[in-house]
Amino acid sequence: MVKEQANWSPYDNNGGTVVAIAGADYCVIASDTRMSTGYSILTRDYSKICKLADKSVMASSGFQADVRALQKVLAARHLTYQHQHNKQMSCPAMAQLLSNTLYYKRFFPYYAFNVLGGLDNEGKGCVYTYDAVGSYERVGYSSQGSGATLITPFLDNQLKSPSPLLLPAKDAVTPLSETEAIDLVKTCFASATERDIYTGDRLEVVILNANGLRREYMELRKD
Amino acid sequence: MFRNQYDTDVTTWSPAGRLFQVEYAMEAVKQGSAAIGLRSKSHVVLACVNKSNSELSSHQKKIFKADDHIGVAIAGLTADGRVLSRYMRSECINYSYSYESPLPVGRLVVQLADKAQVCTQRSWKRPYGVGLLVAGLDESGAHLYYNCPSGNYFEYQAFAIGSRSQAAKTYLERKFESFSTSSRENLLKDALFAIRETLQGERLTSSICTVAVLGVGEAFQILDQKTVQALIDAFEIAGEEAPAAEGDAPDQSAAGSGPTTDQGPPAEPDVAPMET
Repeated sequence: MVKEQANWSPYDNNGGTVVAIAGADYCVIASDTRMSTGYSILTRDYSKICKLADKSVMASSGFQADVRALQKVLAARHLTYQHQHNKQMSCPAMAQLLSNTLYYKRFFPYYAFNVLGGLDNEGKGCVYTYDAVGSYERVGYSSQGSGATLITPFLDNQLKSPSPLLLPAKDAVTPLSETEAIDLVKTCFASATERDIYTGDRLEVVILNANGLRREYMELRKD
Repeated sequence: MFRNQYDTDVTTWSPAGRLFQVEYAMEAVKQGSAAIGLRSKSHVVLACVNKSNSELSSHQKKIFKADDHIGVAIAGLTADGRVLSRYMRSECINYSYSYESPLPVGRLVVQLADKAQVCTQRSWKRPYGVGLLVAGLDESGAHLYYNCPSGNYFEYQAFAIGSRSQAAKTYLERKFESFSTSSRENLLKDALFAIRETLQGERLTSSICTVAVLGVGEAFQILDQKTVQALIDAFEIAGEEAPAAEGDAPDQSAAGSGPTTDQGPPAEPDVAPMET
């Protein structure tokens, strides 16, 4: 007697890769715009990046229906916060809210692999990285999604601080300038696109700094 | 109105077919400090008198944003008003979540009215002691509604509720025919004049009133004290002088209001304690 298997799954993976890098006074959040299912492309023009608050931007890969639902829940909760506190949520607060929201569905999770980027209360760049059920950590950079295995080692080589035990203590945020960081991100995606079939079409880059939010686009290979 | 043997429960009719508890609840609205609303085709202005009990305490918040396209001013038991505005916010958020579009204000007032009606037909409840002036924008333009503790609601071109509101109503009745085509600035001017009528000679300053505006292309916002004072100064100067520029972009913060920390006046025997 073999246990009966489900003939239907509530989940699907729409592929794609997301990356975020924190700087001294900026944060770069990027994702490709390809949405796929199986070996097919659904669209070449889908944004995985969502602005949750003035200083918090979330990028998510995984099952985009769950991602969309998650974005809506967080947007609604942010509205309530604004009504009650008369101000926008800070990025660390949003980070905790995202974690709690994900864990709330611990036993039927959002199939979403998230990276939250923004500016903390002091104006420094911050990046938070998550698993599907809400475990999170503040880091200097992160990558999630189908191309993460290709991008993360490269970012480790370029950005990772040598050791937390070294003196003087090195900040997790990169000393790179904003333009250097954007360039690095573009390089990451160009490389990931070469070997990951689920990553490509176009790159969307969101840059958050003291002046506000700005977007850049770059074409990627479409095969 | 005097005490009688039919006024103890909201579920008891009087022989004349009246529900006294509901009528007493409407009395509570009349005791609250004044709130007025007026609208043109494209804008709605809400204004209220905001007097604190002492110099040491903050004012009570009487104007609330429910959504970008809906705001509400209250008069009466402000605690009831706070609870109802929380309900309104929640309804707006849930509707937007489900339908990805703003909750039509006409629906919201019906929901509020139904909620109020429930409290007039349960022996273990009491009617809400607050009147709500709901300002909203939908595809057909700007709207102003008044929601009563009785569960009735009416649409108005302009209205005033609360203590000494009759003076404001008289002013509005004289001028309401021009409101439909009024500019935003003139609407604000008329709102401030109407508020001044309720003050009975007391000097109008931005520290005792709150003004909020909503319009086509303009999300609901409570104007900050500086902007309001600039408007008062511009309009109180005699003559047809053009209104001063609006100053810095008015921000979201409720002008001068903080958490409701005031104690309320000592309760008279028949009057429920609430804000002045």
